[in-house]
Amino acid sequence: MTEKHHTAHHQTHAHEKKHEGEWEPKIIGFLCNWCSYAGADLCGVSRYQYPTNIRPVRVMCSTRISPHLVLDIFKAGADGILLGGCHIGDCHYISGNYYTEKRVNLMKKLLKESGIAPERLRLEWVSASEGEKFSKVVTEFTETVKALGPNKVKKDERLMSRVAAADMASETFRLKALVGKELNLVGKGNVYDNKLDPEEIEKIITEATSDEFERSLILELSRTKARSVKELGEIMEVPTDKVLRHIVLLRQNSLIAMEHPEGFTPTYKTIEIGGEQ
Amino acid sequence: MAENKEAIQSDKPRIGVFVCHCGSNIGGFVDVPTVAEYAKTLPDVVYANDNLYTCAEDGLSSIREAIRKHNLNRVIVASCTPRTHAPLFQATCESAGLNKYLFTFVNIREHCSWVHMKEKDKATVKAKDLIRMGVSRARLLVPQEEVRVDVESTALVVGGGVSGMSAALSMADMGFPVHLVERDGELGGFVKLLNNLYVTDKGAEETIVPLIKKVNEHKNITVYTNSMLKSVEGFIGNYEVAIGHKGAEDKKIKVGTIIVATGALEYVPEGLYGYNQFPNVVTLTEFEILCKKKTLPKLKSVAFVQCAGSRGQKLSYCSRICCNVAIKNAINIVDNYENMLGLAEKQGTVVDKIPVEKKATDEILERRRRRRGRGTEGESDAEEVKLGPSEKIEVTVFNRDVMAYGVEHELNYNKAREKRVKFVRYTTENLPKVFMEDNQLKVTYFHETLKLERTMPVDMVILSTPLVAQPDAGDLSKLLKVPLGQEGFFLEAHVKLRPVDFATDGIYVCGTCKGPADISECAIQGAAAASRAAIPMAKGYVQAEALTSVVDETKCTGCGTCIAVCPYGALRKNDKGLVEAIAAACKGCGACGATCPEGAITMTNYTDAQLLAEARAALDEEV
Repeated sequence: MTEKHHTAHHQTHAHEKKHEGEWEPKIIGFLCNWCSYAGADLCGVSRYQYPTNIRPVRVMCSTRISPHLVLDIFKAGADGILLGGCHIGDCHYISGNYYTEKRVNLMKKLLKESGIAPERLRLEWVSASEGEKFSKVVTEFTETVKALGPNKVKKDERLMSRVAAADMASETFRLKALVGKELNLVGKGNVYDNKLDPEEIEKIITEATSDEFERSLILELSRTKARSVKELGEIMEVPTDKVLRHIVLLRQNSLIAMEHPEGFTPTYKTIEIGGEQ
Repeated sequence: MAENKEAIQSDKPRIGVFVCHCGSNIGGFVDVPTVAEYAKTLPDVVYANDNLYTCAEDGLSSIREAIRKHNLNRVIVASCTPRTHAPLFQATCESAGLNKYLFTFVNIREHCSWVHMKEKDKATVKAKDLIRMGVSRARLLVPQEEVRVDVESTALVVGGGVSGMSAALSMADMGFPVHLVERDGELGGFVKLLNNLYVTDKGAEETIVPLIKKVNEHKNITVYTNSMLKSVEGFIGNYEVAIGHKGAEDKKIKVGTIIVATGALEYVPEGLYGYNQFPNVVTLTEFEILCKKKTLPKLKSVAFVQCAGSRGQKLSYCSRICCNVAIKNAINIVDNYENMLGLAEKQGTVVDKIPVEKKATDEILERRRRRRGRGTEGESDAEEVKLGPSEKIEVTVFNRDVMAYGVEHELNYNKAREKRVKFVRYTTENLPKVFMEDNQLKVTYFHETLKLERTMPVDMVILSTPLVAQPDAGDLSKLLKVPLGQEGFFLEAHVKLRPVDFATDGIYVCGTCKGPADISECAIQGAAAASRAAIPMAKGYVQAEALTSVVDETKCTGCGTCIAVCPYGALRKNDKGLVEAIAAACKGCGACGATCPEGAITMTNYTDAQLLAEARAALDEEV
């Protein structure tokens, strides 16, 4: 299920916001210091106007933006996130934006899994000389986000748990290592000097993303309440045999524990690791 | 954990916010006094004011004064862009005893007042939000010390052509020891092959031999011929390199800077215009070798074909020097061919034809075998019309357009025309065709003015082929972790502002390994790279901005994913098999931090906690 189904609904209820006047989206812009931030500077110097919704955060390189940062900010209620980097080939740090591109690919997959419209995340290359482009991008993106309506993550528990699961999945060793090594695997080959077919690795990442997301969602849902496989399957809209397979793996990794509170139906509860997650 | 550490390291934040009117640039479109009042309500803000111009002396002194009076340990200026003004405000903080890394810039001009000029209310709300974000960030900042690293005042130059020798001599004359590595048996590079050089009256040898001698005899230069760079480790000021020499053990040396000057090759136009198919079809450089060796056939008609293989035919770019080299050779043929042939007759080296590969002279055979046509740098100058222009040899230059840039080359072009060298244009739709008919080499071309196809018999076809990157440039690129461009030439840090630097500190580039250039340009680039490399060596140290990656050894598993994504070689494994960051080499892009599967790497003052706090603050409802 994607968020788009709810878009019309949201727009009609937009006036419910406490503030008078129209609902205005809040958009975070992570801009790289050398190109996009500088392009936004030039945009200002040239007095190209754009809507006030964007709140820029300066980073040295777009490659700094891990999926965790993006998903966490969506979890905090951002309506849209713009990532701005140097054009491919022009990265101040030589190759940073190639990795950005790969990470955005993962972020979009995870957003889709979570039920947040991937269109809420936009990656744009804006050079230091493209002031006008910056204003166009921001104007257009603001319109896109307005059309999607508010990010209702804070009012929708189900969505919140899915976004939290996506965030957790983005931090798993498997996804981070896969995306971190993707360029090298396709470009330079693996340790056996086999180059992987880009389509093949894309498929691997898609499958891994879906698996890691579902496992993270199980952990997220079973954090406060022990749940049965059937219950999880229903909430997650995932076949129970698949849920069970995930649970077997999670148990092997000591991430979830079995409990028998109700008769013969086992339930599972996430094992909390003390302190930070 | 990171957050705890920050809290322990720093005192409770006492933040001062300075909101700038920038005359009416901000003040005219944002309600600045209201924004400053709002700033006072934010957590840990103990002081806020608004200035007409914060960057003016009274604005700066108000910052210094407030730091002292209110005991501020964080300063926020909300004004223009950090890209121009951060250094000024950071210096102001430092002069008042505040670590410059505790300064936060909030951009409410370029990113607010100037782009929302018709929405004062909304722009004011945005300015407040931006300051709230800045405050959230500032609260988590920690002071940083900049790392100072000593620089070994010794340089390594890779490549002993004109560029490399020029660089080596410049640095050696400044008093720095230089190690010059050349893979051939002798110094000289491409120029060794050439006959004469344009714009001067001298032969190539007369120019290059004294230079080689000077390099070989210089007390500060150690020359390694038949040698290759085998390994490189370290970072600016502290490189450990191994030089491999044929049949000897690798020599390990320590250098502070490295200059790449590995040159280029001539493109071998296999399959183009009858090359390697018919006799007497040669490249520009091969022609120069023939002239130099005086292994010449008798000629009556010579055709040059420009842009053979370049500008979209095989390679995309213009090699920029071949027009001038062809013009030089055209003049040389008209003025001087009989002289050269006379000498050849005396020496008994006149040949009937320059054969195709199987029967070629040794030099050409060798060159074709190695596919290393080191070519074009030839330069002309005919011996000023001693005999008068030859009426006996006809020279035709088939070209797409002649690019005789600058003063000297345009004069040479005119000189060639005066000497009745014919310049005939062709288009990419109608390329000239070279073929053999009745044992006679012929060129068919489409005459663009007459709109007619014409055929002319020629005795020799000279193909002006482009300079191409060394086929093994990629090996050196990997060794040094410096990038190649699309055409395989080395890529400088900035095409206009840092033309002989690599993005990696301590490594520089000059000459034809970064793109086609002629000899004087190579000499200039060599000297330029030398002076750039001399900066850290003369200073004796480098100070790295404290914006680097920090590895948490307790989390690192040594998987090495970060090492693969770092473009600067700033991460390496230590004795424990875990990763450590080299502050002096790190540029702070954050690729490793975003990649680390264990979340073990973070960036100083661009931590997840700081970035998230800043962004989350934007989503808070206005208080």
